[in-house]
Amino acid sequence: MAKVVAVTGNEACANALRQVNPDVCGIYPITPQTDMMQRYASFISDGKVDTEAILVESEHSSMSACIGASAAGGRVITATSSQGLALMWEMLHIASGDRLPIIMPVVNRALSAPLNIHGDHSDAMGARDTGWIQIWSENAQEAYDNTIQAFRVGEHMDIRLPVMVCLDGFIISHSIERMEYLEDAEVKNFVGEFKNLYPLLDLEKPKSYGPLILTDLYHEYKRAQHEVMLKVKDVVLDVAKDFEKMSGRKYGLFETYRLEDADIALVILNSAAGTSKDVIDEFRNKGIKAGLLKPRLFRPFPYEEVAEALKNTKAVCVLDRSDSFGGYGPLFMEISSALYQLKERPVLINKIYGLGGRDYLPSHAELVLNELHGIAQGGKINIIKEYIGVRE
Amino acid sequence: MKQKGWKELVPGAVVLEGGSACKFKTGSWRAFRPVWIEENCIQCLFCWIYCPDMAIKVKDGKRGEFDYDYCKGCGICALECPGKKGKKAIVMEEEGK
Repeated sequence: MAKVVAVTGNEACANALRQVNPDVCGIYPITPQTDMMQRYASFISDGKVDTEAILVESEHSSMSACIGASAAGGRVITATSSQGLALMWEMLHIASGDRLPIIMPVVNRALSAPLNIHGDHSDAMGARDTGWIQIWSENAQEAYDNTIQAFRVGEHMDIRLPVMVCLDGFIISHSIERMEYLEDAEVKNFVGEFKNLYPLLDLEKPKSYGPLILTDLYHEYKRAQHEVMLKVKDVVLDVAKDFEKMSGRKYGLFETYRLEDADIALVILNSAAGTSKDVIDEFRNKGIKAGLLKPRLFRPFPYEEVAEALKNTKAVCVLDRSDSFGGYGPLFMEISSALYQLKERPVLINKIYGLGGRDYLPSHAELVLNELHGIAQGGKINIIKEYIGVRE
Repeated sequence: MKQKGWKELVPGAVVLEGGSACKFKTGSWRAFRPVWIEENCIQCLFCWIYCPDMAIKVKDGKRGEFDYDYCKGCGICALECPGKKGKKAIVMEEEGK
């Protein structure tokens, strides 16, 4: 039986982790994640989990400890944000290259400088190419559900990759929402016993992690890593199907909202998708066929499926909550790559919004949808990439 | 030796056997070669303890010749060697001379 609660995103994720009860947790505080690991540390102190906490001196050490514990043969978690994720950077590649299924909620926050603690996607987008699976979450419910599913995806014997579960800093991590918890036993049963692969602590079978691989084999190892990523989509969908049976909540590679017959569409990640859906309803009420696509699985990116979902639209705006300075927004680049393979494709524009926690308002979505409507009616594109909600 | 293709590799580049470093001969890295002068050797085995690889062969508690398949020529053995009456039992000589 589901239990309806009013909790923050951090509390929801901490509870998902408690229900999984992993072996080892690397802990280092950073706003806005701190509260999640603080709650988890309380679960450890209160004897609610058997997890061994490793309190470290930096996120680089936290990820290093997680890598060691995971290679040793444990089920391992940590969580971070912003500068913390940035400091982990080189170790992120080692976790994925060693094929260690570490599960890590990332509470998205802007990167310095200037120093800012609020929500944007610069941190996780910077970790895009680290070989981690990335699953993005709109609200506390999705962050909770995705955290639970992440264990099944990352630990799948055909996958064995680390997973980041992304949720927006403060907007989701610190806001109280209504959501549903699963029963502890349901979650325990869903994630199952942890099965290790090549554990270092199996002393009967000595083995080494992290050998030097030079020009003779490195290219082959990376080719193998590419192949594994190709299998992730199917596993994500299978796990989502099982999750739906248990919870009644349906997940895919992405969510579409009134997109089926849409002429114009927004593509937007995480919490701002919720605001956008309300505005799309208003446009539908005015007789304008607007829709939305919210990516869930960002790495690996489901290019064919996204292209299929957007192919009948006339104009699409990709809204990015981070920027690749000197390039387009990172989400725009993916959508653009997906659509390029189509013979006929919609016009595509890019808006950068909400950096450093700047509010994304219904009026912003309205402005963008009006512009798209104009383009769909044959109007011209003024500028491909543009900042919105910004003072001149 | 036939090189492995990407489908044959162990995930995560994990080495699934112990002692496999024996298969990787590193002697060719050496620029300076340690030479053992047996008459100056007091069999203290400092060289064996200090060697960061396994390049000092020991049998029945006594050191024998260097294993040049693995010696990288770091010179630690020569530095630590106490020798006999001020004469070193290990000296470094430049390779190729």
